[in-house]
Amino acid sequence: MTIPHTEVGPARVPRHWLRMVVIWAVLSAVAIPLIVLVLGPHLPPGRMTSEAGSQRDANTLMTALLAPIVVSVLVFFLYSIVAFRERGAAIVDGPPLRGHVPMQTAWVLFTSVIVVALAAWGSYTLIVSSHGAGGGQGPDPVAVPSHRSQDLVVQVIGQQWNWTYRFPAYQDVETDHLELPNHSPIEFHVTSLDVTHSFWAYQLGVKADAVPGVDNVAFVHTRDDGNFNIRCAELCGLWHGHMFQTGNVVTPVAFKSWISSEQKAEAPNLRYLPPFGRTYFPAPFRRAG
Amino acid sequence: MNRAGRVLAVSAGIAFAAALTAYYIVSYLMMTPPSVAASGSAPRARLTLQTVASLGFKPHPDWVSYLAKNPQGKWVHGTILKVPAHSLVTVTIYQYDTATGLRNPFWGGFHGTVGPVTVNGKAIKTLDPSLASHTFAIPDLGVSVPLKGVADKAPNQCSVAPCTLAEAHNTIVFTFRTGKRGTFRWQCFVPCAAGFILGFGGPMQSLGYMDGLLEVV
Repeated sequence: MTIPHTEVGPARVPRHWLRMVVIWAVLSAVAIPLIVLVLGPHLPPGRMTSEAGSQRDANTLMTALLAPIVVSVLVFFLYSIVAFRERGAAIVDGPPLRGHVPMQTAWVLFTSVIVVALAAWGSYTLIVSSHGAGGGQGPDPVAVPSHRSQDLVVQVIGQQWNWTYRFPAYQDVETDHLELPNHSPIEFHVTSLDVTHSFWAYQLGVKADAVPGVDNVAFVHTRDDGNFNIRCAELCGLWHGHMFQTGNVVTPVAFKSWISSEQKAEAPNLRYLPPFGRTYFPAPFRRAG
Repeated sequence: MNRAGRVLAVSAGIAFAAALTAYYIVSYLMMTPPSVAASGSAPRARLTLQTVASLGFKPHPDWVSYLAKNPQGKWVHGTILKVPAHSLVTVTIYQYDTATGLRNPFWGGFHGTVGPVTVNGKAIKTLDPSLASHTFAIPDLGVSVPLKGVADKAPNQCSVAPCTLAEAHNTIVFTFRTGKRGTFRWQCFVPCAAGFILGFGGPMQSLGYMDGLLEVV
């Protein structure tokens, strides 16, 4: 009797890495355009100023860059759960892991390039193209726009618990509401009369600490008309959560009209205001402190 | 104790603890500070307040404070004020405290009022910020009125609330307009909290003294 001979070839091993890379590439190719084109225009803080637009671009870029990394982790995780799941009772140890110098070198180089490139791009936009990106730069700003002499100077004064604004170009008038002309360079000088506050004009992309005795300068260039929210971002006492205002970016004509009406309304009180100064210190009072 | 008894005892203990917890949570959620309603009704109402240099009774007898007069004419130590919506509210404040002075002179101007602001019957347009004792300000409604302090050496100064009209005071009267319903904070902008850092601790950081809520109903 002859026993039939069957030849058994090597078992087909699926190309797991190739599968994972293909899945990752497809998902990343879908995710990145979606982030840039669909999600990006809705990311904070908007485009009311050039600086806010720069911040949104940074958020869009970072999100788009992060997407392939997140996708790679998820694909590896889910693929491993499905493909490498141990079936049956026996659980055997896998092959030992050993170092792979080319892979390690490539990983270090790749991540270093990403970090250095982002740092270079971030520094460029922070200092050169968006002049501090709306952040307070202290009394001696480094990232100064070339048109600084044309800026509308607005002093922002934090106090428990409200914001007021002085306009040195308009007889030092002080207001408790903020309007700004559109398509104009603005120079905020943020300070405080008492404790530390933080001037956060969300849609303008401005966030600058208000510290007594410190002139914290932030630059923005307004674009279109609209409303923006102003909050305090530094816990400052009982009504910290109520240090909320709504400001407006309006046409230059509307701004002139508004500031004129404020000058007229505040005229009786103007003589009592101190000369415009870059900073204020909490003054000693008879019963205070 | 047998097994059934132990189970019953443990169950009863858990039920008791759960009931106590529920009672605490419901009580906390239902708790509302007492409010003082304005007299009159829409479209005109009147609020009567007084400010005192020291309350004179516990828990903080030496704290500066506001008091409000309820519709029955009784002075109440409370700063939750209730006024009608879409109305003109005339506020009369009997100011018994001496001047501290404003840190920001901007608040020496009158903002958000309708018609004249009078001090002792005389209409004024602004107040020298060094003469301010307190302010009554509702920032969300754009209302801010400085209150002139009594002279440091004025005779017969009040030391225990509620103060009476026989004691040294200034009477400030003004009117503001309420809009839609809502709850708005009001506060004093004068750093008048004696003995506290920057004059803004204690009564300036506590509801019921120099801060309160305006319930527009």
